[in-house]
Amino acid sequence: MPVLTPTSVDEVLAHLDERPEALLLSGGTDVMVEINMAHRKAPQDVVALRRVEELRIWQHNPSRPGADASTVTIGSAVPYAEMEHGRLAELFPALAEAARTVGSPQIRAAGTLGGNLGTCSPAGDGLPVLSALDAVIHVRSASGGRNVPVGEFMVGVKKNVLEPGELITGVTLPVRRGWQGYAKVGVRNAMVIATASACLATDRDNGTVSLALGAVGPTILRCTAAETWLAEQADLSAGPLDIGAGLIAEFGQRAATEARPIDDHRSTAAYRSHAVGVLASRLLRRACA
Amino acid sequence: MTEISAPAETTTSTAAATTTQLRPGELGTNAARPDGVPKVQGRFAFANDLWAEGMLWGATLRSPHPYARIRSIDVTGAWKIAGVQTIVTAEDVPGQATYGLISHDQTVFATGVVRYRGEPVAAVAADHPETCRRALAAIHVDYEVLQPLTDPEEAIAGTRDPIHPDGNLIRHQRILHGDPEATGPIVVEGTYEIGMQDQAFLGPEAALAVPDDDGAGLELYIATQWLHEDRKQVAACLGMPEEKVRLVLGGVGGAFGAREDISLQVHCSLLALRTGRPVKMQYGREESFYGHVHRHPAKIWMRHHATADGEIIKIEARMVFDGGAYTSTSPAVLINGITHAQGPYRCPNAVVDGFATRTNNPPCGAMRGFGVVQACFAHEGQMDKLAAAAGVTPVEVRLRNAMRTGDPLITGQPVDSVAPVERCIRETDALPMPPDLAADADVLALPGGAGRTADRGHVVRGVGFGVSIKNLMYSEGFDDYSTARCQLNDGVVTLKFAASEVGQGFVMLAQQIARTILGVDEVMLDTIDTQIGSSGSTSASRQTWMSGGAVDAACRRVRELLFESVAERYGLEALQLAIQGTDVVDTIGSLRVPVAQASAGLQLDETVEYRHRATEDLDENGQGNCHVAFAFVAHRAVVDVDPELGLVKVVQIATAQDVGRALNPLSVAGQIEGGIAQGLGLAVMEEIIVTDGMVRNASFTDYLLPTALDAPTVVFSLVEEPDPQAPLGAKGVGEPPCISVTPAIVAAIRDATGRDIHRVPVRPQDICLA
Amino acid sequence: MTTASEPEIYRLTVNGESHDVQDAWLGESLLYVLRERLGLPGSKGACEQGECGSCTVVLDGAAVCACLVMAASATDADIITVEGLAAADGLTDVQTAFLDEGAVQCGFCTPGLIVAVHHLLENNPSPTALETREALSGNICRCTGYGRIFAAVDSVVASRAEQNTA
Repeated sequence: MPVLTPTSVDEVLAHLDERPEALLLSGGTDVMVEINMAHRKAPQDVVALRRVEELRIWQHNPSRPGADASTVTIGSAVPYAEMEHGRLAELFPALAEAARTVGSPQIRAAGTLGGNLGTCSPAGDGLPVLSALDAVIHVRSASGGRNVPVGEFMVGVKKNVLEPGELITGVTLPVRRGWQGYAKVGVRNAMVIATASACLATDRDNGTVSLALGAVGPTILRCTAAETWLAEQADLSAGPLDIGAGLIAEFGQRAATEARPIDDHRSTAAYRSHAVGVLASRLLRRACA
Repeated sequence: MTEISAPAETTTSTAAATTTQLRPGELGTNAARPDGVPKVQGRFAFANDLWAEGMLWGATLRSPHPYARIRSIDVTGAWKIAGVQTIVTAEDVPGQATYGLISHDQTVFATGVVRYRGEPVAAVAADHPETCRRALAAIHVDYEVLQPLTDPEEAIAGTRDPIHPDGNLIRHQRILHGDPEATGPIVVEGTYEIGMQDQAFLGPEAALAVPDDDGAGLELYIATQWLHEDRKQVAACLGMPEEKVRLVLGGVGGAFGAREDISLQVHCSLLALRTGRPVKMQYGREESFYGHVHRHPAKIWMRHHATADGEIIKIEARMVFDGGAYTSTSPAVLINGITHAQGPYRCPNAVVDGFATRTNNPPCGAMRGFGVVQACFAHEGQMDKLAAAAGVTPVEVRLRNAMRTGDPLITGQPVDSVAPVERCIRETDALPMPPDLAADADVLALPGGAGRTADRGHVVRGVGFGVSIKNLMYSEGFDDYSTARCQLNDGVVTLKFAASEVGQGFVMLAQQIARTILGVDEVMLDTIDTQIGSSGSTSASRQTWMSGGAVDAACRRVRELLFESVAERYGLEALQLAIQGTDVVDTIGSLRVPVAQASAGLQLDETVEYRHRATEDLDENGQGNCHVAFAFVAHRAVVDVDPELGLVKVVQIATAQDVGRALNPLSVAGQIEGGIAQGLGLAVMEEIIVTDGMVRNASFTDYLLPTALDAPTVVFSLVEEPDPQAPLGAKGVGEPPCISVTPAIVAAIRDATGRDIHRVPVRPQDICLA
Repeated sequence: MTTASEPEIYRLTVNGESHDVQDAWLGESLLYVLRERLGLPGSKGACEQGECGSCTVVLDGAAVCACLVMAASATDADIITVEGLAAADGLTDVQTAFLDEGAVQCGFCTPGLIVAVHHLLENNPSPTALETREALSGNICRCTGYGRIFAAVDSVVASRAEQNTA
């Protein structure tokens, strides 16, 4: 076969061990574009992941004794379409909301979190959710595995910490008690790269909030300063949250100052900063509703 | 959900005075497309689908620089790649080195200098597209990069060296009408900017060139808008007589003006002749953006002087259209722009200056609306300012100034087309408004859509109007004509014409005409190619009028001959005879013979050239009867805006369009809705972004076309007042729908936000940041 | 385990038929192979990036862009193209509705849309207006402005519902 179609992670890893530069192919929504546009060297060695069942399932891991939350591990080849509805969407409403904004129905049927992480664009739609939920990325190679917190996984524009021979097998997210939501600014209503995006997730058990911003920096940004400030101003363990309009507005302004956007052909730095500030405020207001 | 309102009361067409029911497939019915079945089955052969035994693939090497001298081209590396059959550059062009629709100033391959990013430098033919790509990558061009001229004002001021021997100013034309010193108590002005829109037809450029065995001629299957104009240029560049270059229409996946200029025709033909094998060329989307002309970006200053009641006394304007590196149709686009500066309004005095510039920006040319889109955005912005200054509503100010049949343009030409401007405005205004945005509206109904950027409370609604006039057919003395052949053999009608079917449905209309005139149901269509005289371009909203006129005339001639034959056979006068249903009948007697029977054994064959009345050049003051005819349209836009984020949802477009006569109502609806989508694109999302001559967004990722989630509800009314000049009573309907919808949407955004927005496309920051 | 530097023969199942693909370049998309090697040019390419939907096919029950599928990786998939929707030379109800409602102009987007509409209605027999729009939001049409396309979908939904209650 010209393209390897393994059925297990072990098979994939064994091949990667021999050929660490092999091209990993999941939904193809980034890789095939690069090949079609000849921006990528002609592929010599391709490993298709579509038959590796382990990568296409998700599971709810019960909480361990003494741990706060149960977790969910989503296989790296689960298509975005599966995150939009059903139990996964109930557990992670922000992920479902983000998934719905990915490309088009055709793209969502093929695109995956593994792909988004592999490409590591700061505008990747699912990535702010992973960041806000402190996701852990599971990476394996023939010689072992490592679990990388998402904030350490993304290191620059389209740069991650994957080494040759490594495969992203999945992502583990904590199931938190509290509101979570996502918003993305785009100039049209489908198939649009985010001009600015944001995910807000509250953790009532810890009394904290996470705010991750997309498309306004070289990687997804966590607004740690605004998060800390808000936790000092309001009781984030309350349900429902009760935060006044003034604080909501200031939260947005503070979030905007943590953005590091650029001017490009899609938008301006000024607009992007403004937009994430607005998104942060609006998400927080929704969290209080 | 799209609602179609029932057509408002229509004036009975004098051309269809019969009280009999329309036969299926006749003029006035929703006749089926003859190419519809293959299209829905995926069997319709677009040029992109063509294939020939032993064919090679061709590909083009393009300049990466907007302005550079070519020091040398080294193709030796490309020749080493297995599968490469030939490589051509400028020195291999056997005939004319340049081509063009008006000026022959555009290079087949760059000669010594490249003048825009994407200008063709070389081409290769090879066994596989991937081999072509590798061969192109192996061609080494040594460029001396030059400072590009990118500011049209510099081109006008003459402060830069010419980037082309013909100079940096493509055309300047002034219009002086009436009293240039006239003024009025109300004076409003504004500067309006229109970004570079792209036609973005879906079927990328494609052609298959098949050389004759003796190499002295070829057949070129091509998706294009005007076969004969292509042939003329291709033959000239190949150094061949035109009759040796036979063009056949390959299925066209949309055009909207982008296929009027030569793109790959000469390249493909040259590669085929050089290799002696069929060569297929097609562009990917990125190359397509570089390979065709775009809509002219424009900057328009306007100043209106009016009475205290808001009646226009004088308009002043300065229009600058940036034509980019080569002339294309810029001179004509400019004339359209400036002669439409007043809009569909009475205007006794005018001072207008128009410039079409040459720069190292991407070449611009025809796109649906052809210069009037830009002018309309400006004059409609002005009309709203006028309304505000006069203290009246936007609708009222337009009604007060509305042109009527016979009123003159600022060129002095009386608009003797039927001009139901007031009716278009009133009927548009009367169309039902959409329901208010519900408190629990679905997120997809809000600005920002599934991006969930807005809650209901963040959304403000606005309403805006736009009205437009648009010339039909070609102008300035151009001898435009169309040819059609009608044959009636043994009861079977066959039509032949060279009119490009680009999706607009002319093939369907031609059959409808024949069915109506000749009383037959089945109408065969011969191949669309250059084996018959020219039908002119599928553009300028002209085919229904011109080629419809030619088909109509050819069918009538055949009918005359049929009647003569029947008259002779039955001892009647031909004048007594008529077609009723599918019969020839004696209108004063009892004879009734089916057409099939009446034409049995006859071989009737008529070819006709149809011409419109002559037009004139403009004189140095821009005065002259330079246009043939005009159509009118009004649009109302309802938008919901999130002012804090600057996101817009176009909720509903209402329109009343002056169509003369709806020859196929369903098809007219398609033109209206399709044109509106393109105008919406220009209003809020479509722009080729150019920086220092470089295109930043040559892909569908970043050149955004409206999707199904962006389409507004459309309600429309057809204003049917048949034009006595038009051969079928019908005006062209293709362009008007995309013209005044754009300023209507922007006016609605202004209404919702209070912001003085004066550029399109409107970007979020234009709405929400200072 | 094969190294993939030299393409061999691989097999694709399209519209229920098995096809051998040989001497193909590894990077060829499913769209390319369908059109240029398997004699199935019904799926169209307008962008090669998954941004237009003209190449929509159904692969293992999901509507995807064929330009984004590496053909050689789809060897065990069940692929349906526009050519496989109707029986022989016939038309499906969706195809007929597109014709009757004036939803076809240049036709370049039409095959992708026909496949997408079939897929939509198979999974959601009575979509709301917004659901239809969202389901078709990955199919660009430049000619029609979508109005007549929505009308065609509505027409099929209505007539299928009528048939089901008849």
